[in-house]
Amino acid sequence: MSTGDKAPLLSARGISKSFAGVEVLRDVDLDLYPGEIHALLGENGAGKSTFAKIIAGVHRPTKGTLILGGQPVEVTSPIVAQKLGITLIHQEPISFPDLSVAENLVLGRQDGGPLGRVRWAEITREANRLMDLLGVRIDVTKPMRGLSIADQQMVEIARALASDSRLIIMDEPTAPLTPKEVATLFAIARRLRDEGRTIIFISHRLEEVRALCSHVTIFRDGNKVATETIDRMDDAEIIRQMIGRPLKEYRHKRTTELGDVALKVTGFTRPGTFRDISFSVRKGEIVGLGGLVGAGRTEVARAIFGIDKPSAGTVEINGKPVSINAPTDAIALGLAFVPEDRAAAGIFRTLSVEHNITAAVPGKIAPSGIISRLIERTLSSESVKKLRIRLASLRQPIGELSGGNQQKAILARWLLTDPSILILDEPTRGIDIGVKAEFYDMIGELAAQGRAILLISSELPELLALCDRVLVMSEGTLTADLPRATATQETIMTAAVPRRTEGAAA
Amino acid sequence: MTDTTATPREAAAVRPLWHVVLVRPETMTFVLLILGIFIGSQISPYFLDVAYILKSFTLYAEFGMVALVLTMVIIAGEIDLSPAANMALSAAIFAFAQANGVPMPLAILIGLGAGVLMGVFNAFMVIALQIPSIIVTIGTLTAYRGLAQVLAGDQSIRVPEWYIGIDKVMVLGIPLPVVIFIILSIVLGLVLGLTVFGRQIYLIGTNEVSARYAGVRAKRIKAALFILMGFMSAVAGLMTASRLGSVRYDLGLGGELQMVLMAMLGGTYIFGGRGTILGTFLAAWLLVIVSTGMIVANWLPATQLCVLGVLLIVSIIATNFIYSRTQR
Repeated sequence: MSTGDKAPLLSARGISKSFAGVEVLRDVDLDLYPGEIHALLGENGAGKSTFAKIIAGVHRPTKGTLILGGQPVEVTSPIVAQKLGITLIHQEPISFPDLSVAENLVLGRQDGGPLGRVRWAEITREANRLMDLLGVRIDVTKPMRGLSIADQQMVEIARALASDSRLIIMDEPTAPLTPKEVATLFAIARRLRDEGRTIIFISHRLEEVRALCSHVTIFRDGNKVATETIDRMDDAEIIRQMIGRPLKEYRHKRTTELGDVALKVTGFTRPGTFRDISFSVRKGEIVGLGGLVGAGRTEVARAIFGIDKPSAGTVEINGKPVSINAPTDAIALGLAFVPEDRAAAGIFRTLSVEHNITAAVPGKIAPSGIISRLIERTLSSESVKKLRIRLASLRQPIGELSGGNQQKAILARWLLTDPSILILDEPTRGIDIGVKAEFYDMIGELAAQGRAILLISSELPELLALCDRVLVMSEGTLTADLPRATATQETIMTAAVPRRTEGAAA
Repeated sequence: MTDTTATPREAAAVRPLWHVVLVRPETMTFVLLILGIFIGSQISPYFLDVAYILKSFTLYAEFGMVALVLTMVIIAGEIDLSPAANMALSAAIFAFAQANGVPMPLAILIGLGAGVLMGVFNAFMVIALQIPSIIVTIGTLTAYRGLAQVLAGDQSIRVPEWYIGIDKVMVLGIPLPVVIFIILSIVLGLVLGLTVFGRQIYLIGTNEVSARYAGVRAKRIKAALFILMGFMSAVAGLMTASRLGSVRYDLGLGGELQMVLMAMLGGTYIFGGRGTILGTFLAAWLLVIVSTGMIVANWLPATQLCVLGVLLIVSIIATNFIYSRTQR
């Protein structure tokens, strides 16, 4: 696929961007040609999303110019971008959930004055035409609320078509999708490419990039480090470029014998979310819990920890049946839970790192009921050293730390409770590849100390690297219990994908 | 220590100490207080009479006491607008009881108990029924005041002679209500600043979900705060009855706004998670200085109200501004 003879659709020259004096994008040059699907790759914070948002008019560049079809352009807002034929499709589309699909499709296009009549029939006809173009069946008169995320993305793409966009930016579109939905999305993306449109595809998943994209551009620390056709780079080379050094294959090595059963769950049921879940985790064992987003994994963890009440089922800890009605009970029994959504359920954003680390151990920092500043400081600074949390000061609000360091602080909070059972829900989500390796080491070490670990993860390589056993959930039921020897990406995915679509995805 | 040295990409630099002190909202309250005293002393030479200011403060001490507890409620992410109505109803119940022959000690206990019950009711609605506290307490604000009127009618109920005049009792030359306010400030300041209970109030107000996940019994703590609020309102109501010598249904009318004003002026963040007892303590004095200054300067009551309103809005904008600057 040679694009050398065509003129670029969009050329970026010397694009730089600073937020509050911190340079997040440095002097980026990039040419995008008609009819190509161009992947932007890089760690979190490498600048790929910022670059995409500058093209889409969400951010203004501090320096540099954009040239669209040979003309320098100022993309001052998303509306201007839309008029220029540039559309950004969000991962979780922002829409008006109570308006119909058709209304969302024509949003932002104003014909007629404020008192002009709304031409409902016309809007519906136009919406249906767009949906037919995409080949998806969505009732355009239904409200957006209730549409799956995949369908909402389709509506966003349809909006891009409605304004006849020449450049469509997809920012991690596949993260919330099932494999079947991904296949549909890819088919549509290829068709748009064949029509001569340009697509920017941002993803963390190399296999997807390989399947879809013709070109790849890699960002690292705000710099563009490489632009190549995809077939000239292998995975190892891409990763090397992304992190600036080769990444060792991580494989947790068991050094201790497994102990007795620490956590045993029997017949756990919560109507509508999960049913008849039974499993156990031994001391020193890392048990993975895999499955698609929405399979009910987090809900099971929440129920074990006492946040939600299961309608049936029992929990045994160290062989004794227990009743857990609130997180307080769970903590007293030696359980710890690092939640999936760090911002909503983990950190206290405006409070100091110190207060965040000691939040779960009031008894330790205040032996007599009065908080001892000395003990609090000692405990938290020891944690900071042990987990290598990078910060300027213990009194700094935790919100100022990077995602990886926030997550380390949350882990530190739970380690202070000296838990015998840890439930980790997507512990490395949104964390840079380099820091991930540190987390893997820590998790391995925790297991080696004889703690039982239940690791919920959507990343198959992570499950395979760390776990002694992988449980798989699909649509609220446990569909597999795979020992390390038989667990592969294929066996996990086969169990994770709901039965009725198994044939299509496999 | 090399482990904690941060690269610029990963962590912001440590702020200089003067910056940390300056962005504390109480600092603003303190500066305003000094400014108020200075302006007041320019307006009238009588203004700097400490005895006069202390005497003026007795008019605000009851609201101030409740505002201290209200500060904790707001930090926990809730609000209670019913305390002034609670003051009126618990005072009316107390006055009604003693006027109908209940012995005084028992009548006082009945009044305090009524206040606690009103707090329990608020707590039940907010915590068990999950109704937003602003709705619940606007409701109970109206209902408690209405009940007080049903009970007391339009007349004033007299209290015994010996019970009258708490504001005339002097401790070391300071009126008793002011002494109570100062002691309460110290106690609650220590509770909020140094105990696990106080720390958990901040945790809940910053992120209730995170707090629950970390094992904080958020519901229990919030319920305790609403009940403490009810108790303190009743205490304030009975003190007001002593100061006025009689109880009418309109006792403390509009007081909830003065209390909110004190908390806001003291830098308590209306969305929870931040604020201090010291701030509210200073704000109470600021309010007295400003009001006294306006009276000394002979401003019309209507003008005084406008000034208080502007003060409330400015204080909220200022705190929001300070907090938005400290966390980008």
